Amino acid sequence: MPLALLKYGLNPGFRDAPQLRWQPEFKSNYDVIIIGAGGHGLATAFYLASRHGVSNIAVLDKAWLGGGNTARNTTIIRANYLTPEGVAFYKESVELFRGLSEEVDINIMYSERGHFTLAHTDAAMRTARWRAEVNKHLGVDSEVIDADEVGRLCPTLNMSEEVRYPVLGALYHPPGALARHDAVAWGYAKGAMARGVEVHPGTEVTGILKEGNRAIGVETDRGPIYAGKIVQAVAGSSSRVSALAGFRLPIKTIPLQACVSEPVKPVLDQIVVSGSLHVYISQSARGEMVMGGSTDPYGLYGSRSTLDFKEGLMAHMLELFPFMAELRVLRQWGGIADMTPDFSPVMGLTPVENYYIDSGWGTWGFKATPVCGFRMAECVATGRQPDLLKPFALDRFHNFDLVGEKGAASVGH
Amino acid sequence: MKIMHCPLNGPRNIDEFVWMGDVKSAPEPTCSDREWTSYLFIEDNLAGEVDEWWLHAPSNYWFIARRNRITDKILWTRSPADYFSERKS
Repeated sequence: MPLALLKYGLNPGFRDAPQLRWQPEFKSNYDVIIIGAGGHGLATAFYLASRHGVSNIAVLDKAWLGGGNTARNTTIIRANYLTPEGVAFYKESVELFRGLSEEVDINIMYSERGHFTLAHTDAAMRTARWRAEVNKHLGVDSEVIDADEVGRLCPTLNMSEEVRYPVLGALYHPPGALARHDAVAWGYAKGAMARGVEVHPGTEVTGILKEGNRAIGVETDRGPIYAGKIVQAVAGSSSRVSALAGFRLPIKTIPLQACVSEPVKPVLDQIVVSGSLHVYISQSARGEMVMGGSTDPYGLYGSRSTLDFKEGLMAHMLELFPFMAELRVLRQWGGIADMTPDFSPVMGLTPVENYYIDSGWGTWGFKATPVCGFRMAECVATGRQPDLLKPFALDRFHNFDLVGEKGAASVGH
Repeated sequence: MKIMHCPLNGPRNIDEFVWMGDVKSAPEPTCSDREWTSYLFIEDNLAGEVDEWWLHAPSNYWFIARRNRITDKILWTRSPADYFSERKS
């Protein structure tokens, strides 16, 4: 294997990846500056260049490409949300994900597994029925199945009634999928750079330059740069960057932790989630069990891991999958998430002219990467809030028009 | 397990406590809708030292802690009575 890898590396037939090429100098002026080279920022750049003919773009990141929450999520993609606004939005994302490998010419390893949201109480069954009806109405494939059907479709799951929370049924969403999150960011970077977009990693934004109430550029640790429009897509640091632009957000920054087990042979095809037990699990292509839970109990700008998280997670996980007691934890990590009061993102126009925001992505950001980039590009190109993004505007908090997305990952029912 | 010093119950495991957010003053009842919604929903979300409300859940006791939100270090905890009398003086 190492020899084959060396041979591959030295083969002149494979050229270096353009997304890793360092851009030494800034241009004097850009049409658009995007702060944050994660999946969302790069997708926005890609769709601006490919759909709207805007390619004079600089994407800045204080660290490296796709190194934030793009690389820290548990890669679940689904559209079975609760609110009509949320379902319509995530449905478009699933459609874009399906054609993404082809469009950006990189294998994102998109793999449809089937997604089970387990119900352990009558109340959870009721929510499942509610979600299924909203989903079906909007053309998303979702149905409620009983315990026998759950056991048949997901034979690894412990269906015993001799546990604290027996499984009563589930919301079954067949298109639920996994994808390689790094490849999504790399693919968008590759596609955008092939169209003339510049990516500047290692470039920290330290201020937003304004003329009156109009954003005209950014101050960076490599000097000022000017642009017609500026987009911030900096999950976890949204409040800090928006403060530089001069406005506040309805966001609390709270860590979200996850871990993977040592790799084992394929035992779990499906994606299994329990809102009541605050756990979700799937098996990656290389055999690791990828596990996560709800956000930490209090806010923090830090990505440390805690024992409390793993204890709480495993207590419930072992009830669902007793065989997991024999597995060891291989890696653990955390990311810092933008939590909003209504578990929905904040996107689009801001109080500052020519300054656009993509934030509030809490625990649901990866699955929205394509649609978010697609619609943010439309928003930036036209200067208007697209219909699909209207429910997620920052203004909703001042009009008492919150979205209330109880289908989000960290919410119990 | 991380330990927090409750002003009433002494040092306890952090999982006995509930985070209740920033200490902030409510606007006057006659304020505009925008001021009121800002108070309800909009956050400073500072990355640094912040005064926060905490609740010791088993004894239902509310108090105030100053905590560094980058390092997670708890600098001190005070009863609300001590905190607000100190702030006035």
